[in-house]
Amino acid sequence: MARITACRVRAYCVLYASFEAQKSAEDRNMHFVVCIKQVPDTTNVRIDPKTNTLMREGVASIVNPFDVYAIEEGIRLKEKHGGKVTVITMGPPQADAALREAISMGADAGILISDRAFAGSDTWATSYTLSMAIRKLGDATLIICGKQASDGDTAQVGPGIATHLDLPQITYVRKVEQLEANRIVAERLLETGYEVIESALPCLLTVVKEINLPRLPSLKGKMAAKKAQIPVWTAKDLGADPLQIGLDGSPTKVVKIFTPPVRGGGEMIGGEPEQAVARLVELLKDTVVAAAS
Amino acid sequence: MSQEAIRVLDEKCVGCRLCIKACPFGAITVGDDRIARIDLTRCTLCGACVQACKFEAIAMAEKKAGARDWSGYRDVWVFAEQDGGRIQSVTFELLGEGRKLADALGMKLCAVLLGHKVDGAAAELVRRGADRVYVVDRPELEHFQDESYAAVLTDLVRNLKPNVMLSGATAIGRSLVSRVAVATRAGLTADCTGLAIDPETKNLLQTRPAFGGNIMATIITPNTRPQMATVRHKVMKEAVPDENRRGEVIVKQVASELLKCRSKRLKMVPESGTVINIAEADIIVSGGRGIQKPENFAILHELAEAIGGGVGASRAAVDSNWIPYSHQVGQTGKTVCPKIYFACGISGQIQHLAGMSSSDTIVAINKDPDAPIFKVATYGIVGDALKIVPMLTAAFRKALNK
Repeated sequence: MARITACRVRAYCVLYASFEAQKSAEDRNMHFVVCIKQVPDTTNVRIDPKTNTLMREGVASIVNPFDVYAIEEGIRLKEKHGGKVTVITMGPPQADAALREAISMGADAGILISDRAFAGSDTWATSYTLSMAIRKLGDATLIICGKQASDGDTAQVGPGIATHLDLPQITYVRKVEQLEANRIVAERLLETGYEVIESALPCLLTVVKEINLPRLPSLKGKMAAKKAQIPVWTAKDLGADPLQIGLDGSPTKVVKIFTPPVRGGGEMIGGEPEQAVARLVELLKDTVVAAAS
Repeated sequence: MSQEAIRVLDEKCVGCRLCIKACPFGAITVGDDRIARIDLTRCTLCGACVQACKFEAIAMAEKKAGARDWSGYRDVWVFAEQDGGRIQSVTFELLGEGRKLADALGMKLCAVLLGHKVDGAAAELVRRGADRVYVVDRPELEHFQDESYAAVLTDLVRNLKPNVMLSGATAIGRSLVSRVAVATRAGLTADCTGLAIDPETKNLLQTRPAFGGNIMATIITPNTRPQMATVRHKVMKEAVPDENRRGEVIVKQVASELLKCRSKRLKMVPESGTVINIAEADIIVSGGRGIQKPENFAILHELAEAIGGGVGASRAAVDSNWIPYSHQVGQTGKTVCPKIYFACGISGQIQHLAGMSSSDTIVAINKDPDAPIFKVATYGIVGDALKIVPMLTAAFRKALNK
């Protein structure tokens, strides 16, 4: 290193770059930041047969199912490459439980981003708020989100965070192929197949279910989750612009909520299987022909 | 905080509990004092309770919004998703729907086409109803790339100021427009199944399913333009091509700066063989737990082949490794909207219904007469799918002269 002089800065840069690339990821102190959301557990939601509305009484809150894959991937990458996993969520005080669940799986720390001023945030304001928290963390190598949340199903917050932070993104990731100090290679699932994408770091990923099989919390993890100190960051802590958070920061507005028209139970085709099949073919034949043309 | 974003006016509330029923988030309770209380930690300010209340007892803080002049924001844009110069069919659906919106607004319908050597595609967009096609043709844009596509589209939006911008709610559409919306401070509504123009305010009324399709929400973007939405595939009708249609094709030059990308596609691996992309399929034959083992999926493939469909699956089948994840229909898989959906040996869990209940015709075949799938089925047959499906295949082959 002492040999390097000003006139050799360029050569040094080239050398340094290759040196950087060869360095194992551990040396860079990877910081995996996983963004999660607490959602109502729809697996236990039932439909009121009379009114055809959701029966929500006593519906428990869970970690958004897609985010569990994101947490798992963060932990796996940490186990392989070293570093730490920080899980963040924006939500009400009780979203603390979601962070503790992530810690029980093996995440190192959780941060709750909570403030009444965040109420009514749409995906614009939510991605802004989370991006401000990631800025405050300062050293994120890889930001991992689930592909979407099961209550809103928008898939907009992940790319939104990447844009607020001016970072590249790889969405719908089904496999992380390589992770090095300065680059990542991952497979992105599309409707027609998958792409292999290389990106510089830091980078944001959104992950699909195919990526891994999330682990169950260990006893040690549960203990850690119980003891963990979860800091709460408010709008002020983030230095967030009041006009870009909560209701004021949200360009979209819900004007109406309604139950979708009931899809009435249709015709049960009875009789012997042969008859039933013949009748069904008769009923569908024209549609099948039309679809084929 | 000076004023809560939402509050109950105690003097007007009669404790009728209508708001409790209306609240999708279980945020309201009525206590012994017979006055509704809103748990602000659960409330998302969706406004459902405000509408439901017959006594005007719930007040929601309105965002201060002066009458804004949107005259600088013109036209309805459709992002034309293409792959190797071939326009994706969802784009034609957007042009069909976009035409109606443009006419209602008295504006032009424009398509935005990013790619390389896409002249043929631009002409196709005109035939499908675009009054104007903005083309950015650069080798760097040959494939979709998140950063460069978003940067170019953001630049076009900033300079040309559309009033409405639509894109398919596809993997690419959602990845792209989410970036553009944030960069341009625009409102974006995901996965819409209904679009309309409010005749008074000229706002775009964007209707979409939420909570896995159990509730519908109508969303507006009252204070900013453009109004952006991604639209669910197969819900809107495709614009019919018209060889005689004329339209402008405007080639836009963009700064090379915008084409920089920190990520790059190393390769694309198409789904192998003859497998039909089920999001595109008009007919889907899906199997669930009732199919029992992976080998039995062959009978579904045979039926699908006989009637020109794709094969889908429930989560149970995918989790048992009977069929790859790309076939999964439902909340954690794909949302599909075919003309005919065959649910074979699928009980119809709420998460599965979320992914297929907007299909035109649903056929359910299940041993259990009480399976929830029959509640949404157009036609139901109670019986063993493993027996019925091969019979169906034979009968369809005969009927279709195959």
